[in-house]
Amino acid sequence: MAEITMKNIVKRYGDGFQAVNDVSLDIADGEFMILVGPSGCGKSTLLRMIVGLEDITSGDMMIGGVRVNKKAPRDRNLAMVFQNYALYPHLTVFENIAFPLRLRKAPESEVRQRVNEAAEMLELTEHLGRRPANLSGGQRQRVAMGRAIVRKADAFLFDEPLSNLDAKLRGQMRTEIARMQRRLGTTTVYVTHDQTEAMTLGDRIAVLRKGVLQQVGSAHQLYEEPANLFVAGVIGSPPMNFVPGRIADGRIETPFGTVAPTSERITRIGDRDLVILGFRPEYFEDYSLVPAGARTRGHTFTVDVDVTEWLGNELYAYVPYEAPEEVTRQLGELERELDSEQMRTQLVVALDPASRIRSGTKAELWFDPERMHVFDAATGDNLTRDPDRTFDDDNVHAGVRTE
Amino acid sequence: MVGQRASRWWTTGGLLILVWALFPLLWMVSLSFKDPNTFRSQTPTFFPSKWVWTNYQTVFSDALFTSALRNSIGISLIATLLSVVIAMFAAYAIARMDYPGKKFLLSMALAIAMFPQAALVGPLFNMWRSLGIYDTWIGLIIPDLTFALPLSIWTMSAFFRQIPWEMEQAAQVDGATAWQAFRRVIVPLAAPGVFTTAILTFFFCWNEFLLAISLTSTNRARTVPAALSFFTGASQFQSPITAIMAASVVVTIPVVLLVLAFQRRIMAGLTAGAVKG
Repeated sequence: MAEITMKNIVKRYGDGFQAVNDVSLDIADGEFMILVGPSGCGKSTLLRMIVGLEDITSGDMMIGGVRVNKKAPRDRNLAMVFQNYALYPHLTVFENIAFPLRLRKAPESEVRQRVNEAAEMLELTEHLGRRPANLSGGQRQRVAMGRAIVRKADAFLFDEPLSNLDAKLRGQMRTEIARMQRRLGTTTVYVTHDQTEAMTLGDRIAVLRKGVLQQVGSAHQLYEEPANLFVAGVIGSPPMNFVPGRIADGRIETPFGTVAPTSERITRIGDRDLVILGFRPEYFEDYSLVPAGARTRGHTFTVDVDVTEWLGNELYAYVPYEAPEEVTRQLGELERELDSEQMRTQLVVALDPASRIRSGTKAELWFDPERMHVFDAATGDNLTRDPDRTFDDDNVHAGVRTE
Repeated sequence: MVGQRASRWWTTGGLLILVWALFPLLWMVSLSFKDPNTFRSQTPTFFPSKWVWTNYQTVFSDALFTSALRNSIGISLIATLLSVVIAMFAAYAIARMDYPGKKFLLSMALAIAMFPQAALVGPLFNMWRSLGIYDTWIGLIIPDLTFALPLSIWTMSAFFRQIPWEMEQAAQVDGATAWQAFRRVIVPLAAPGVFTTAILTFFFCWNEFLLAISLTSTNRARTVPAALSFFTGASQFQSPITAIMAASVVVTIPVVLLVLAFQRRIMAGLTAGAVKG
């Protein structure tokens, strides 16, 4: 067990490329930390610097209060699960799991006991005599985890461990990892670009963009109070809708009409010529399904619905709209960074599945203007954010606050 | 059923090729068991009418053959060993490291492998004589190495490239030193490649003819392929053909045994299952 503390960590490659830029992050003892971001944001590099497979250009990496910058991976007592499992093909499952213990020259009885314990926990007991080549993807994944847990390592590091599995197995393994971590209470750092893994697994999430730490917080904090456009775009699926807006005399002009929010979080912004407004898909609702009491509180507008997708538990409606050139350009850049490509400016709206709205019709939609986020059009900063807001089920570890 | 018809064609084609390839071999075996005095009979038969061992007795009692066999085994083994050890280091560097001139080195190795041996024989003959290594083991091992090394380097670097090197890092995280990671993880993974290369190189040296016949003059270093052409049979009045065939069978046996014994090793996809498959 150990806490991991990073102070101003920088990684610069020989060609001058800066993969990780001045990252400071405290991971408490026993905490489950997620590193998330689009490909190339430096999250894997950061993980490899923790484990020692990558040199640290500058900054301090402390594990359990000891500076480990110059320590070889074998002296850091960390366990890592690789994206493609990295099992030893010439060894049986038993010997694969036992490998770290064998290197330490642990007595045979201890090896046997620990491997059997781990195998039981991961339901691998009947596969111990087989070779990795004869295992399914999920089983290989579990062997890799087994190799990590027999170590009694100070921390677990996961590098996108589930990205090679199919969707169903991924769901099962996700809960498996969560259960294992809760049971062992080992400090864990988990790199992913998967929405669901990021939102559900960790105590806290760290969002990286081009090697720079954007925001660290619980899933709730990131979802409800994103620090900037980037975080707002990364967290949530389907992603947050960004539309251009203008604030004048406390009234906000949106492509769907002018609203006048009264809450302090929005009114304190003051007048601005151009802002970007953020709406989560579920902020919208089919007007006909909004309870009568709420109707007057929100804003109602009529749109042409382009396409709808009914998923059983949800209904997605796509609503095209016109946006000024300047905003389109900035949003286009953001899209590219997030590895997605949107062809047109459109709203994605999540409606109640009972809604009667269908493709190619006009629809009356409703939203509550108090919930929307306002971002600075130039810097992307969230102007409506309350950085100190906490949520009931936030599992914030004692004394750990990193901003 | 298109699929069935296609597969029948494949089977027929395969059988034809098999017969084509095996026929000379069978003929060789059959001839080696025929009586050297009567094998040219009026009514030729494919299989001998009477199976005899005399040809084998002839070749093994001939000093020319036994010393050639010794030379062949010695020269091939030494050349293979040297070639594999050197190629192992070269292939590791080619597969793992990036350095200027790597492409050039590889294409030069290929160019040497392509180089016509016949063009080298004359100069080598003169050079070896003035150096005093004409008609010696070392005089054959050196040119054998020249042609075997590119083959070994290319084969082995192809194998080494397939090794998931992430494994080395996994081992280091698991607590291994660089040497332990190499010995306990990389060596077992590389072994099939090294092995296959060794066998291929051994065949190459074992079968080498042109250099062997040009750079030797006596039993001191003459290898079997070269010695066969000097074969005369039991007496000079007897056709040496059946005896040559018996000698050919004897030198083919180690090759066939090696392939049979190690074909699983040669083809083993030992790395299968290491990574997502």
